[in-house]
Amino acid sequence: MREIYLDNSATTRVSDRVAQIVYHVMTQQYGNPSSLHRKGIEAEKIMRKARETIAHALGVKPSEVYFTSGGTESNNLAIKGTAYSMRRMGNHLITTSVEHPSVLDTFKQLEKEGFCVTYLGVNKEGFIELDELQKALRKDTILVSIMYVNNEVGSIQPVEEAADHIHRNKNTIFHVDAVQALGKIPLVPALKGIDMLSISGHKIYGPKGIGALFVRENVKLYPIFNGGGQERGIRSGTENVPGIAGFGAAVEDAMNSLFEWRRTMEELKNRLCRRILEEIPDTVLNGPRGDYSRALEKNSLSSDAEGFSASINVHDAAPHILNISFLGVRGEILLHSLESHGIYVSTGSACSSNKSGKSHVLSAMGKTAEEIDGAIRFSLSPFLTLEDIDYTVEILKKEVAEIRKFVRR
Amino acid sequence: MANLYMISFGEIALKGENRPFFERILIQRIKNALSGFENVCVRKSHGRIYCYVDGPKEEVIGRLRKVFGIVAISPAHSCALDMDSIKTAALSAIKEMDYNGKTFKVETRRPNKSFPMKSPEVSREVGAHILRNLKGITVDVHHPDIEVDVEIREKGFVYCERISGPGGLPLGCNGKAVLLLSGGIDSPVAGYMIMKRGVEIEPVYFHSFPFTSDRAKEKVIDLCRVLAGYSGRMRLHVVNFTDVLKELATKGTDELLTILMRRMMVRISQEIAGKVGAKAMVTGESIGQVASQTMEALTATNEVAKIPVFRPLIGFDKVEIMDLAKKIGTYDISIEPYADCCTVFVPEHPRTRPELEEVRAAEEKFDIEGLVRKGLEDIEVVEVV
Repeated sequence: MREIYLDNSATTRVSDRVAQIVYHVMTQQYGNPSSLHRKGIEAEKIMRKARETIAHALGVKPSEVYFTSGGTESNNLAIKGTAYSMRRMGNHLITTSVEHPSVLDTFKQLEKEGFCVTYLGVNKEGFIELDELQKALRKDTILVSIMYVNNEVGSIQPVEEAADHIHRNKNTIFHVDAVQALGKIPLVPALKGIDMLSISGHKIYGPKGIGALFVRENVKLYPIFNGGGQERGIRSGTENVPGIAGFGAAVEDAMNSLFEWRRTMEELKNRLCRRILEEIPDTVLNGPRGDYSRALEKNSLSSDAEGFSASINVHDAAPHILNISFLGVRGEILLHSLESHGIYVSTGSACSSNKSGKSHVLSAMGKTAEEIDGAIRFSLSPFLTLEDIDYTVEILKKEVAEIRKFVRR
Repeated sequence: MANLYMISFGEIALKGENRPFFERILIQRIKNALSGFENVCVRKSHGRIYCYVDGPKEEVIGRLRKVFGIVAISPAHSCALDMDSIKTAALSAIKEMDYNGKTFKVETRRPNKSFPMKSPEVSREVGAHILRNLKGITVDVHHPDIEVDVEIREKGFVYCERISGPGGLPLGCNGKAVLLLSGGIDSPVAGYMIMKRGVEIEPVYFHSFPFTSDRAKEKVIDLCRVLAGYSGRMRLHVVNFTDVLKELATKGTDELLTILMRRMMVRISQEIAGKVGAKAMVTGESIGQVASQTMEALTATNEVAKIPVFRPLIGFDKVEIMDLAKKIGTYDISIEPYADCCTVFVPEHPRTRPELEEVRAAEEKFDIEGLVRKGLEDIEVVEVV
């Protein structure tokens, strides 16, 4: 059966080149970087090279890149590490209501430990409002954490502008969860104003279980893992050298092809979005409007002028994430019918769809229960073709109509 | 060295002339349950089963406790028929217990009358031997913490424990039935209860992909794995029910959909029963629990059954069923949140008291036989061990 994988925000297929590098390191260059002998030095060199690649991609110093087990650990380390080390300076933290659970639940835990947390809301397209951020900032705000690209709807948050507001406060640290941004949009410009940034390997055709946290050199973090003092004491534990090598290679590939990949994905996304909204009745786009105004004019959302005007801002939509609600269709059922045709999508995000709860992102955007129930996230890769997209649309048309025959409104 | 377990079985001792048949099946079930262990030897004698097996005691007992027909299991010591050997065996037996600070008594039975001493004398001597050799233990003949049982048969046997088994009758001595198994809490419990009466079970699950996910199917397989712990294996019939369901759902039968669906399930299960030589169907229904389990609804589903439908949970409360599910180990699997087709296709206002006449009339729109055939055409058989 034909396989069309449209769940690249959940995870990606490891590229052949990366897989070979990982295999080679696992079987040939398997030393422990802490060992004094040649094998250890060899491993250390591999790590150094990957660290340099990643630092270069972010426009930061290699000594500011710390390897972790992935996005979740990076987020935990950044948030708890700052909160605990800066407790003397203040007690107030800010984040948004549309973060990944590894950020949101970390803040919930800190709240229980006595910190005061402000959760910023989002508008209908999933963007935070800078005014609200400005009002929320206080003298005792020690940390602001905002995700770069939302994993469910693809809104790109205005982190550069946010950084300007945040750094009027001298003591406030700005953390950005860039797991969905890496390899999709350029990160270097925004990094001027960012103090910490989380990234992950398996979202960019690299291996699972490897990620990194950029920590600006003047930021002091309280470590979560204690042990052998690896990663300059910030993250103890023998380094995942094969993963690190694979991550480095994946970042290298992503940087070399960033603009080409972005253009390809935008074209794919445009086609997918336009065709669904035009050809399948009762569909609603969740997230930024981006280029889709033409399609929207013909659709149910065109009446929604207020939300639309807000979209002609500088804020953008990520090229790889498209979230659409098929009204009257339960997302999970559509997911399974697509699956039977070899098309893999997601309802909400993979992490939250394991729980039976509703998407907290769509709820925060003020979506109706029916919209949330029928939401499907398509997440693209540059390795798909327009033909894949057209095939997907044809199957969607058929299956949505079929399901609507049976499922009661 | 193989350890000895003495097994008592209650009810099957009552079964008159059928007794050898039941005993033979029980011995076979015990052997099956202990397969994989070394040096298994199971034999019967005088209303007991003696089971020798090499292996960790906890695990052996764990497996034996899942063999229907067993009332109690006693880890035992056997010995030669002389007082010294009996005393030594008794001392080893009680040393395996947590005896410190406890009271005990010795109880002797002597079916083998050729042994020269009488039961009370044996008890006295063994008791004295234990008291001489162990510290921290005293005698209480009325309410002892530990009863040391000595049996004088063709050999001597000593044991201190009676671990209860599941009771019931050995599996297979009462034929076979199909179980209508969903992913819920009730149906696995119903299956367990009927298995306990010696009936082999073949479960039937109605899968409606994509309306239910393959995880729901995996969950049902996991439930079968738990039930297979009692039977050795389970042969699950997965009926692809989607087309039937779609057909039923399209023709404007909204309020009666659940009843029509259940009638189809009964019809299809009945055909499967015929094919596999099962003589009855088992469901997890309980009066009034949901709309499809009112007496009227049960009457409507029952009408299409030509073989008996056993509903062992019919008078149970949900809480009682949940307790049983926890006891047999299916509860934690049942509460995993993957929707089964019943919950996806539930009409907004299901009819709770359908009249037989209107149900029959509603079915006239369909080619019922054709639908049954459709259901039977697409069945996946999953062997679960």
